[in-house]
Parts: sequence; structure tokens; C-alpha cells
Amino acid sequence: MIQYIFIILILIGIYGLLTQKNIIKLIVSLNVLEVGINLFIVSTGYISGGKAPIITSEVNKGFVDPLPQALVLTSIVIGVGVTALGLSFARKIYEEHGTLELDEIGGEDNE
Amino acid sequence: MKRLFAILLIVVMGIFIFSTLYSNNGKYNFSKFGESTLNGKVSEKFVNKSVNGENKEVKFGSENLETGSANLVTSVVVNYRAFDTLGEVTVLFLSALGVSVVLGGYKNRLKFKVEPNFILKIGSKVAVSIILITGFYIFIHGHLTPGGGFPGGAMIGSAVLLMFISNDEFRVKVKSFSALEGLSGSLFIILGLIGLSAGGFFLYNYMPMGKLGSLFSAGLIPVVYVLIGLKVGSELSNLISHFAREGENK
Repeated sequence: MIQYIFIILILIGIYGLLTQKNIIKLIVSLNVLEVGINLFIVSTGYISGGKAPIITSEVNKGFVDPLPQALVLTSIVIGVGVTALGLSFARKIYEEHGTLELDEIGGEDNE
Repeated sequence: MKRLFAILLIVVMGIFIFSTLYSNNGKYNFSKFGESTLNGKVSEKFVNKSVNGENKEVKFGSENLETGSANLVTSVVVNYRAFDTLGEVTVLFLSALGVSVVLGGYKNRLKFKVEPNFILKIGSKVAVSIILITGFYIFIHGHLTPGGGFPGGAMIGSAVLLMFISNDEFRVKVKSFSALEGLSGSLFIILGLIGLSAGGFFLYNYMPMGKLGSLFSAGLIPVVYVLIGLKVGSELSNLISHFAREGENK
């Protein structure tokens, strides 16, 4: 049932992307969406009673699935890059238009 | 109206996902939480280190395995899927490059409205030292413990961030970090090309695997992960440096 919570996180992120007008809030919504997806993917590899997939002197079997964790590692790194680039554009937009609200940008066209 | 439409869409998506998540209608579906298994999956080969057909016993202290990393996630990321990781490093580089292009026109250090006091400046230096040491530890031991080049590099970046937010006169040598970043990335590719000539495959792991669990083991894996850690750390430091600037751009 814990996977339902992750899916709710994904839905919250999508809701934020659909309804928010502030650019910073859009970026935050995107991050919530990413976290939900990452948690869900990792949870698909969980095996009850499984151990962390690191061979030690005490443990050499009974691991959880390492592959979803490897894929999520990649996703997290890409997410950092996307967020950084998004924030730099947000800053540029603010300096150009004096606002971060999407419906206030390009006010001249609305007149 | 827009919010109502969004709520409606979310509800429809939610109903669809919740109702089909564990269904057995299709050939492929997700296992319920905790009921996953390695049987019949490629993951089983990763765990047994038998992707290339070897079937040795895998335990702490085993020698000359197919991949010698005790951390199985690291063996996937930096050995079996090393080429994909090179792509991952490239994407992060392109993001940092994009930030440099967008914010590169500023020259002045961002000034604080409240002058940070003496205690904050000195205290943050102590914390930064500890964070840096931990970051280096994490990517040097990436083949033995949780973590590796990416979280280790991120910790180095966060140490630099702490210096920036505790002292508005702090600057980094962007050129030095850029040189370190370029050198690390180039070495990564050069090591891959050496593998191409030595074993016929790009990023072929041609160094001795050693004894599983030792610091000097797993062949090329710790070398590549150290390079990734340095590259990610310097990249994030430069990125933070660009965000910490202001000034007239025209």
C-alpha cells in the first residue's frame, strides 16, 4: 500500500504543474513529481526481508533488487541538472520582466 | 475553472493508476510492495556477478570476479552500465554549461543586506572541513559502501554552497574548477578508450579486480567513481558560483 503514497505524490506534482502560475512553484512541483516517481521505482525492487545490496563479511545473499536503485540514481542526477537550469531561467525572467508570475509576463501583449 | 479542470484530470488519472497498478490483465505489471523477486530477471545475474557467464561463488573476500565491486548498485552504474553513466555525466555537464551561458554575464558578488558575523564565518569553516572530508570519503569508497561519485560530488558542492551563504566576500576560482572538471571528464573518456584498445570494448574493465571488499579492488570502478566525484563536485561548485553573482548585464 505504501506505493499508493508515492503515486499520490506524483499526482500532487502534476496538479501543481497544471495550476500554479509562479515559475518557482512550477519548479517545485516538478521536483515533487520527480521524487514520487523515484520512490515508486525503487519500491518496485523491494523484497520483504531483503538486505541492502552490498556484499559484506556478514551478508552475501538475500539482497533487494539493485537495478531499480541504479536507474533512480541516474534520474536524481538528471533532476538536479534540470532544476538548476530551470532556476537560472527563472532568475533571468525575473530580471527581464520584474515578475515570476506567468500571467504578468509580457504585459504589453495583454493591453 | 482551471483548477476544477485540473482536479478532474488528476482524479481521472488517479483512478486509472490505482485500478491498474496491480492488475494481472497485461503481461507486465508491478509486483506488490515487498513481493518482488530476483528470479528470472537480469538483476539475478547482477547479484551473482554472472552476466558474462561466469559462475563463481560470490562472497566477501572472493577474488577475480567478473566485477569486483562489493556495492552491487555501483557495479551496475559504473561497470555494466558505465557507458550510460558517461551519458549521465554529459547531461549534468550540459546543465552546468547552460547555467553558465544564462548567468555568465554577471561579475559582482551578490551582497547580503545583513553582514554575517564573526561566529558564522568561523563556524561555517569548521563545518565545511567536515563536509568536504565526508564527501571525499563517500566517493573514494563508492565501490564498498552506499554512495559514490554523484552523492560525494554533491556533498562537495554543498560545502562550497555553505561557504557562499555564510560570507558574501567568498569567491571561488572558476577557472580552476573548470580545469578540474575538464580533466576529470577527459580522463574518464581516455580510460574508456584504453579499454577499447585493451579488451575490445569501450570502458572495458581491464584493471585487476583484486579481493572483493578491499579498498583497492574492483579494477576500474573506484578510479572512474573518483573522477566522477571530482567532476560533479567542481561542476556544482561552478554552478553555485554563477548563482551567487549579480550586477549589470547589459
